[in-house]
Amino acid sequence: MADVTMRIWRGDASGGEFQNYTIEQNDNEVVLDVIHRIQATEAPDLACRWNCKAGKCGSCSAEINGKPRLMCMTRMDTLPEGPVTVTPMKTFPIIRDLVTDVSFNYAMAAKIPALLPKPVPEGGYRLMQEDVERSQEFRKCIECFLCQDVCHVIRDHEDNKTNYAGPRFFIRIAELEMNPLDTNDRREFVREEMGLGYCNITKCCTEVCPEGIHITDNAIIPLKERVVAANYDPVAWLGRKIRRQTKKTSAEASVQPAP
Amino acid sequence: MSNYEHHDYDVLIIGAGGAGLRAAIEAKQRGLKVGIITKSLLGKAHTVMAEGGMAAAMGNVYEEDNWMVHFRDTMRGGKYLNNYRMAELHAKEAPERVLELEQWGALFDRTKDGKILQRDFGGHRYARLAHTGDRTGLELIRTLQQKVVSMGTDVFMEVKVLKLVHDDAGRVAGCVAYHRASGEFVTFAAKAVILATGGAGKSWKFTSNSWEGTGDGHAMALWAGAKLIDMECIQFHPTGMVWPLSVRGILVTEGVRGDGGVLRNSLGERFMFNYVAPMFRAETAETEEEGDRWYEDHNAGRRPPELLPRDEVARAINTEVKAGRGGPHGGVFLDIASRRPAEFIRRRLPSMYHQFMELAGVDITREAMEIGPTCHYIMGGVQVDADTAATAAPGLFAAGEVAGGMHGANRLGGNSLSDLIVFGKRAGAGAADYVLSGQAATSLNQGAVDAAIKEALAPFERTEGENPYTIQHDLQEMMQANVGIIRTQSELDFALAELEKFTERVKNIAVKGGRAYNPGWNLTTDLPAMLAVCKTVALGASLRKESRGGHTREDFPTASEDFSKFNLAHSSNGGNWDSPIETVESPLLPIPQELKALLEEAH
Repeated sequence: MADVTMRIWRGDASGGEFQNYTIEQNDNEVVLDVIHRIQATEAPDLACRWNCKAGKCGSCSAEINGKPRLMCMTRMDTLPEGPVTVTPMKTFPIIRDLVTDVSFNYAMAAKIPALLPKPVPEGGYRLMQEDVERSQEFRKCIECFLCQDVCHVIRDHEDNKTNYAGPRFFIRIAELEMNPLDTNDRREFVREEMGLGYCNITKCCTEVCPEGIHITDNAIIPLKERVVAANYDPVAWLGRKIRRQTKKTSAEASVQPAP
Repeated sequence: MSNYEHHDYDVLIIGAGGAGLRAAIEAKQRGLKVGIITKSLLGKAHTVMAEGGMAAAMGNVYEEDNWMVHFRDTMRGGKYLNNYRMAELHAKEAPERVLELEQWGALFDRTKDGKILQRDFGGHRYARLAHTGDRTGLELIRTLQQKVVSMGTDVFMEVKVLKLVHDDAGRVAGCVAYHRASGEFVTFAAKAVILATGGAGKSWKFTSNSWEGTGDGHAMALWAGAKLIDMECIQFHPTGMVWPLSVRGILVTEGVRGDGGVLRNSLGERFMFNYVAPMFRAETAETEEEGDRWYEDHNAGRRPPELLPRDEVARAINTEVKAGRGGPHGGVFLDIASRRPAEFIRRRLPSMYHQFMELAGVDITREAMEIGPTCHYIMGGVQVDADTAATAAPGLFAAGEVAGGMHGANRLGGNSLSDLIVFGKRAGAGAADYVLSGQAATSLNQGAVDAAIKEALAPFERTEGENPYTIQHDLQEMMQANVGIIRTQSELDFALAELEKFTERVKNIAVKGGRAYNPGWNLTTDLPAMLAVCKTVALGASLRKESRGGHTREDFPTASEDFSKFNLAHSSNGGNWDSPIETVESPLLPIPQELKALLEEAH
C-alpha cells in the first residue's frame, strides 16, 4: 500500500490550477478509487461525475495523463510511475473540477430523426441475427463522450460545434440507417446538418472508445460511402427528387466534395 | 417564491431510469405537459447496469410458456408475499411492452427464425428473458431515452429533489430541489408526481448499486404520507465480484448460470445440489447429468439447482463460505470456462468477459470467477394500487424499484426490467387519469418549501462538525454487519439503537466549500433518505420473526404461517426526516380462486 501523488485540476469556468494530493493506494485500484479516497478524506468538495463504477454508464470520463479515458476502468498499476495527472475533458466547458458541461451532446442527439419503423406484420417483426448485429455494435455505446472529446474537429475548433455532430452521433445515425426496420433517410441530414464531411478519418475516436466500437471503419466510412453514392449516383438523385416531392423535405443542396 | 427558478407541469416524474422514462412516454402520449428530473445525466440511471434480460412469456423459445406460468413462477419466487394483482398484470402485459420497444429502436438478440431470443434465468420455468447480449439494461434505457427525446420532453439533468411538497389541501403538489451544477434551488409544481427513483442499496458496504441508490423516493414517499411495505426484503444477489477489493460488489450476471455456468466450492463440489428446499425439489435436477440435459432441452431433464431463485442461492453460498469451503477472498467459484467454448462465452457474455479481464485480470474463458453475495435490490417499497400505481398520498404515484409488492419477498432475475416497463406505463396512465379527473393539486405550500431549503443549507453554517463521507462509511459498515443477509434479534436491536445515533450525527454535519457541484453537500442531502430506508428495513426485519425470501433470520430459520398473511407497512408520524416511524400489519390482498389454482398446480 504505497502512497501515490495525484495531480488534479481544480477550478471552474473562471479559471483554476492543479492541486497535488498524496494519498494511499491499494493493489488493483482504478483511478476512480483514488479520487473517491481524496473526496472522503481531504477534499469532500472535489467534483467528479460517476455512477456505475463498472464501465457501463459512461459517466466518469476525464483525461488521465492527457489521454481521454474512463476513470473507473483505468487501473492505477497500468500507469507509469510518478504523479498521475487528471484533468477534465478539454472539448466541453468546465462546470467544476473534473465535471464538464456535456449538453452539446444532448442537443445534437435531439436533432436526429428518430426510427421510423415499418408497420408491424401479424405475429410481430422477424429479424435475422446477422441483420441486427451491425446496428447492435453501435448500440453498445455508453455515451461517455470520449470520442467527442478527442475529435479534433470540435476539440480544436469551438465554432464547429454548431454544425458538426461528432463520432458519437455518426454511429447513432449509422445505427438507425442500418436498422432493418427503419424507413427514414438521413443521408442528406448527416451531410448538411451533422457535418459528416468534416471528419477526415484520423481514427482518434476509435482508439479511445472503451467499448471497442469500430467507429471509423464500421460507421463513419460506410456512412460517407452512402452519402457520396447518393449524391453522385444519377439514379439515386432522381429517386430522391421524386421522393422529396411526396415527403416534402429540405430543398436540394449542391453537391459538396468530401474534404 | 420568486427567489427560485420555478416550473409547472401536469405530470412530474422523479427519476429517469426505465420506469420514469416509460411513464413519461405514456403521460406525454395522453397530451399532458411532462417534466422529468434526474440526479444524474440522462441515460446513466441504474437501469443501465441490468445485464441478463427482461422476463416476458412470449413463448419464442418454449411454446408452452404463457402468462399463467410466469405468474406462478413470480409468486413462488416471491414466497407468496407479493401483491398478486401486480404479479398478474406484470405477467400478462410484459410481452406487449417488450414488443413495442422494437418499434422505438431496441434491437434484441434473435432466434433462428427471427423472433426475439429468450434466455434462461433462475426461478423461471422456461427460457423467458428477452435480451441483448449481457447489456440489456443499456438497450432498454437507450431505447426509452431516445423515444422520450424524440417526443420533446423536458428533462432536468443533475437535479436533486429534497422533498415533496403538498398543497394546502394536503395533496402532493410538487417538490423542492436544487441543481447540482450550480447549487441553486428550484421548485416544481405539478398536478401529479410519479416517483421512479429506483433502489436503496447504497446503505450497505458491498453493493451493486451506484451512488444514486440512496432510497430518495422511498423516503420522500414516507415523509409525504404514503406507506412503505416489505422493507425487510432485500435481495442479496448471489454473484457479485469479491476481488479485487475495489470492485467488490459489482454484479456478475445470472446469465452466466443461465448459459451453463455452475457454482463450486473450494473442494470443487457443485454444492447447490445440497441446498434444494422442499418447495423446489419437484422441479430441480437431482444429478449433474440431469441438469446438463436440461440445458439442451427443458423437457429432457429438470433445471440445475444453480438456477434456483436468488435468495436460495445467496444463502447457500453464505453457508459454504462460513463452513470454510470458500475461496481465497471469501467467495465461491462460478465456473463457465470448463463448461462452454471460449467463443460462446465471449459472444454471449461480452461485458462479463471485459469486466473481469480489465478489473480483475481474470480470463473467464480460461478460469473460474470468485463471487459472493452483494446487496442488489430492494423488494420493499411504496405501497401502490396495482392498476394505477397510486399511493396512499393523493397525487403521488410510484413505479419500478421504488414501488413495493410486485416481487413479494424475493424478486426473480429478469422481472425487474419488465416491471419497469409494465408499471412505468401504468403509472403514466394512472397519473394522467388523475390529472384529467380535475381533483389535482393547485399550488405549493410555501412554508414547506422554505423549511426544506433552510434545512439543506444548515450544514454550511456549521464550522465544526462531521464529514458526511465518514457517516456514510460508518452507516454502510453498520448495516452490512447487523442488517445483512443473515439477521438475528440482538443485532437488529443494536442496529435500531445505532440508527438513532446516526440521526444525531447527520444533524451535526459541516460541509466544506461552496454549493456548486459539491459532492460532499450532495451526499449530505442524501443521508436523511438513507437513514429512513435503514430504519424501516431494520424495523421490518426486527418485527418479521420468520425467514422468507430476502429476509433471513438466524433465530427464526423457517417461514411461518402467521407471517404469510400480511406486509409490514411503515408510515411517518410527522413527515419530517427525523419523525418517528409507525409500523402496522397490512393484510395481503386475497387471491381469486382461479389464480390460486395456478399456484397450486404441480410442475
